Amino acid sequence: MRLRFILGEVWNGLRRNSTMALSVVLVTFVSLTFVGAAALTQMQVQQLRDAWYGKVEVSIFLCPENSLFEQCASGGVTAAQEADILAVLEEGSVANLVDEVYYETREEVYENIVASDDTGVYSQLDAADLGPVFRVKLSDPEQFQVVADATAGLTGVEEVQDQREVFDQLFTFLNAATFVAAGLAAVMMLAAVLLITTTIRLSALSRRRETTIMRMVGSSKSLIQMPFVLEGAVAATAGAFLAIGGLWLGARYLVEDWLTGSIVWVDYIGRDDVWTVAPWLIAIAVGLAALASLVTLGRYTRA
Amino acid sequence: MIRLDNVSKVYTRGARPALDNVSVEIERGDFVFLVGSSGSGKSTFLKLILREERPTVGDVYVAGRHLNRLSSWRVPHLRREIGAVFQDFRLLPNKTVYQNVAFALQVIGKSRREIEQNVPEMLELVGLAGKERRLPHELSGGEQQRVAVARAFVNRPPILLCDEPTGNLDPGTSVGIMRLLDRINRTGTTVLMATHDDEIVDQMRKRVIELKGGHLVRDQDRGVYGLETV
Repeated sequence: MRLRFILGEVWNGLRRNSTMALSVVLVTFVSLTFVGAAALTQMQVQQLRDAWYGKVEVSIFLCPENSLFEQCASGGVTAAQEADILAVLEEGSVANLVDEVYYETREEVYENIVASDDTGVYSQLDAADLGPVFRVKLSDPEQFQVVADATAGLTGVEEVQDQREVFDQLFTFLNAATFVAAGLAAVMMLAAVLLITTTIRLSALSRRRETTIMRMVGSSKSLIQMPFVLEGAVAATAGAFLAIGGLWLGARYLVEDWLTGSIVWVDYIGRDDVWTVAPWLIAIAVGLAALASLVTLGRYTRA
Repeated sequence: MIRLDNVSKVYTRGARPALDNVSVEIERGDFVFLVGSSGSGKSTFLKLILREERPTVGDVYVAGRHLNRLSSWRVPHLRREIGAVFQDFRLLPNKTVYQNVAFALQVIGKSRREIEQNVPEMLELVGLAGKERRLPHELSGGEQQRVAVARAFVNRPPILLCDEPTGNLDPGTSVGIMRLLDRINRTGTTVLMATHDDEIVDQMRKRVIELKGGHLVRDQDRGVYGLETV
């Protein structure tokens, strides 16, 4: 009886107040889309970090014949120098940080560069212009600096490069994007709370007659307030579902179809990740509505 | 059933008290008129009993409860023991007669079976059988007040509070309402009625409690409206 009564009241309230309810739906929709986008961006960052840090190497570029670097003034790296460097990596103080070392000859380096170059600029070069490279895989990528310090000063080494630096720029960008999305989400959520508050208030005012009678005949406070709380919650949850739908479409068509097709070397987030975020979005929607109810109802339907 | 012990109520500090040191006891099954001019403290008296207000000083007991100590979440239980009828009927305009009365039971969680049994019985008692499907605006004032009485009494509360129930009705209709209240009183229900209607008070010859400027000035069995006018 009570459940049917409450649901009936909720339905009546939403119908009578349909424009307000719709605005609550739309505002929560937009705000939760931002929240979801921020969360998905962070998941993407984490996914990339996990995937790339495992593959990332420290590259120790060895001196080519005609290097412009000061430390290569004595000419190209010699076989003895290469052996010394290798010894430091495999037997020296940093040996325990090093997982594997590959040696790339200057011909291989040249082939790789030309293969990954679309512009054709590098094909003007010659293998002899380049130096060989030690690709070092670290057991702990965070320890890059230690390995770099141990090898950078050695004779025959032109430059030590941490590939993480390249990715870190991308991560910085993605993190900034997350902050922007989260900031917008916060503003929109504030708007959502205020709007839900107004909706509940209007709804309570328009049903003052009913609530007065309910109070009079001894209806419990929770039963008096429940329809209003649920009204806000229903509208906000509808917004959350729209946001989930929007994110799903984004993941499906923007990421899985378009991005994956155009930039293939990245492991993207997908629709599965949207489902991971979805329950949180619903929880946030319900939370927003609850918060709004809390600030409003005490004043408008006192027992 | 209802007891006020040295009750005073001051709304704003420094202002004249709405009730000043009032002590009254109303027994189970009593029929009591509460009379006095506007501002005499009648409304405050009723609000204290309904626990819409708390006394500034003194103790209020209703239906075995000490209202000073009643926590706010218990207030609904108190109100289920008090039916209330008002001058302006307070019916829901978009609900039928039946729905208006059933509403009072729905919102305190009664089962559908109880509602289907009690509401027709109550409409029969107040003389509205056959008008279940009417909307309030299709009824006369007297009939609307009967709906309000039915709604107040459908849960069979031991106490019925009436605030000027005949204030909007013509004398003939008022007599009908008073007969109804009298009949309800005979079932053992305590009836407390605030009124300005001297004819009714004089006709009924029930106990009269008179307030004046917040003071209890008269408590008389089988009394009339105003001593001075008699």
